[in-house]
Amino acid sequence: MPSKPLTVALVGNPNAGKSTLFNALSGLRQHVGNYPGVTVEMKTGTCAAGETTLHLIDLPGTYSLAARSPDEMVAVELLLGRVPNEPPPDVIVSVVDASNLGRHLYLTTQLMELGVPVVLAVNMTDVAAAGGTVIDFAALARETGLPVVPLQANKGVGLDQLKAAILDAAATGKPPTPPPLPDAVEREAEALRPTLGEGTPIFLARRLLLDVGGSTEQHFTATNPGLLEQLKAARVRLADSGCPIPAAEAKARYGFIRAVTAKAVVVPAVRPKTWTDSLDRVLIHKLWGTLTFLLLMFVLFQSIFVLAEPLMNGFDVGSEWLSGQVEDVMSPGPLRSLLTEGIIAGVGGVLKFLPQILILFAAIAFLEDCGYMTRAAFLMDRLMSRCGLSGKSFIPLLSSVACAVPGIMATRVIENRRDRLATILVAPLMSCSARLPVYSLLIAAFFTKDRPFWLPGLVLFGMYMIGFIVAPVVALLLRRSLLRGGTSTFVMELPAYKRPSLVMVVRRMMDAGWAFVRRAGTLILFSMILVWTVLYFPNTDATGTKYEDRIEPLKEQLQPALDAATEKRDELLEQIAPFVKSKVEVPKELAAALERAKAERAAALKPVNDIRAEWKRNSYLGQLGRWMEPAFEPLGWDWKIGTATLASFPAREVIVGTMNILYATDEEDGGQLGSAIQTDWAAHPTRGVYGVPVALSVMVFFALCCQCVSTLAVIRRETRSWWWPVFTFTYMTALAYVAALLTFQLGKLIAG
Amino acid sequence: MSLSDLLPGQRATVLAVAGNAALIQRLAEMGLLEGDEIEFVTTAPLGDPIEIRIGDTRLSLRKADAALISVAAVGE
Repeated sequence: MPSKPLTVALVGNPNAGKSTLFNALSGLRQHVGNYPGVTVEMKTGTCAAGETTLHLIDLPGTYSLAARSPDEMVAVELLLGRVPNEPPPDVIVSVVDASNLGRHLYLTTQLMELGVPVVLAVNMTDVAAAGGTVIDFAALARETGLPVVPLQANKGVGLDQLKAAILDAAATGKPPTPPPLPDAVEREAEALRPTLGEGTPIFLARRLLLDVGGSTEQHFTATNPGLLEQLKAARVRLADSGCPIPAAEAKARYGFIRAVTAKAVVVPAVRPKTWTDSLDRVLIHKLWGTLTFLLLMFVLFQSIFVLAEPLMNGFDVGSEWLSGQVEDVMSPGPLRSLLTEGIIAGVGGVLKFLPQILILFAAIAFLEDCGYMTRAAFLMDRLMSRCGLSGKSFIPLLSSVACAVPGIMATRVIENRRDRLATILVAPLMSCSARLPVYSLLIAAFFTKDRPFWLPGLVLFGMYMIGFIVAPVVALLLRRSLLRGGTSTFVMELPAYKRPSLVMVVRRMMDAGWAFVRRAGTLILFSMILVWTVLYFPNTDATGTKYEDRIEPLKEQLQPALDAATEKRDELLEQIAPFVKSKVEVPKELAAALERAKAERAAALKPVNDIRAEWKRNSYLGQLGRWMEPAFEPLGWDWKIGTATLASFPAREVIVGTMNILYATDEEDGGQLGSAIQTDWAAHPTRGVYGVPVALSVMVFFALCCQCVSTLAVIRRETRSWWWPVFTFTYMTALAYVAALLTFQLGKLIAG
Repeated sequence: MSLSDLLPGQRATVLAVAGNAALIQRLAEMGLLEGDEIEFVTTAPLGDPIEIRIGDTRLSLRKADAALISVAAVGE
């Protein structure tokens, strides 16, 4: 008869191999646990131990149960069975590194106080043995009073013994005897307990007393303001009686641990030189370390940019092809348009981000698993601490230059909550690849003709610099205002290097991709459909005729002329190609013929494009854009730019397509939109004169705004709060507006 | 002398850890205690933070924090 399932919590230091053990036990039967208010991931999984099902909870790696953030507090409350609707663990598995028992047992001694049976899983015994460390497991069990299981989780060695030990521990249900803290500490903790409310475990009273300024203190003093004075007095009394806080706790625990290791562990007298020593000599060396770092970052950045691009284009081509298929089989109408321009474009827009996310996460998982990530943070900490961030913020921010979505997801490696939030909030300021279409369009239109050859490059460079300069400044401001405090300590372990596990890398990559599609995907799709709706309706003109009914016959009628002109243009382009390739001047008559073919093509498209432009002008979004024109005026914008900007709320690059429609130009001919904008602006009293300042103002706006639903959706997902995405969108839009306004007004002054 | 005064490769014994309670506690959890022997491994290329080794544990800490740890150098 199968017995009732057991809840088992896995707890251990970072790098104890806890995740490897979790994966080895649960295989594919795992998912991300959903705990309210927790921003780090806690995974749950199941495995079978004989007839019994084990529900495993993989808690985030931690050095101690002295909670310093709300996330760590939830982990402690979960272990104590104080999280509503979550069963208390039946058994706690304390995962420790065999090579470094002296330190890893510190957490074990705290776990022994929780009143739950503890199994000591000594992992990576092979590495320890290779390093000359000899462990007497029987003595370890005797001295700690815990069941001990030697493990090599990466090779699956010892898993059955671990399961058996878990079942045994649950069957007896006897909590271990923790090493005693000084009597004075116990007395003060006991004295505090009555004021903390019915049923508060003694463990929390101890933590409250021992963790000066910790989460337990914040939790209890929030509802009981008098408690803080009481605590201070108790701590002074302890210090006077020779038990200073927090040193007393460390002294008691390490005293116990030393007694245990003295009997159970023999380490070599002379510490052998390790792989890690030799590797570190190069990897954090002043010159070689810096060069390796720069090279790695370059490869990482290039692979997000270059490797992902063909795949991203593949999604574009794929969704266009699918739209074409739908257009062929369906008759024109709202449903067809919703399918092609709303849903297919929306799903394509979501999937497009996948290649970048997968590549970045494979790289991050690799770097983290092999131990290099902390070295990168070590190298960059000085630079990042200048703007109130930490070394671990570097890779997320660098990744954001390709795309903020994977960049924000990469902030999970930052443990400090405030550092992590600050990094998330400034990541969208880095100039991502979606801004490029906007930049290249306007640069081509305003900075290429009759200008010095270096100007386009300089303008583009300047646009990238805006992000690099503004992001640290904003980070610093945030760290000094909304996210003040918490910087004081940056103590980071540099773990031993190890060979990364392919399974872990693939798993991290798939988890990240899936999390994005599932959690951010729906929000992106929803906003794409919303924007489609306000751009599509009303779909009848003043006479009540449907725009589509006007467009379709016209299209059929003009098709032969369009085909002929396109064919002629392509033929001419082919003839011209050799001249361009060998950098010889193109013969005048050929160039003129090409211009004529292009003009014929535009003429064949114009009637349809004009109707489209009229349609969008009268759509709800077009009406809103025209109504808001006074707000765009100080930036030098007309309602068309304004409407295109509003329409690009789901994704920045949408502005190009929308402007094509509003300016009644053909998307296939990139240069055409540029010249159409120039012609349109030339007729205008201010924009005609100040074309360059207007173009710059648009670019500056897009450099600083957060017109990207994917980013907002990911911020929502990673912070588990609506407040932060709303805050990010608001501050970035305000910043973008003011900066665009200044750009235009200053440009006007200079040009005037 | 303080931890931040040591030279790369130099060993020392930790005498006392000053600073706020959270730092002292954090260092203790990560294995740095009074009476421990440590080795100053190196300084990051940009001049901060530093790396120290206690047994098989390597820790990185900022110079500002290291200055709060007083040590006695172990004879060469």
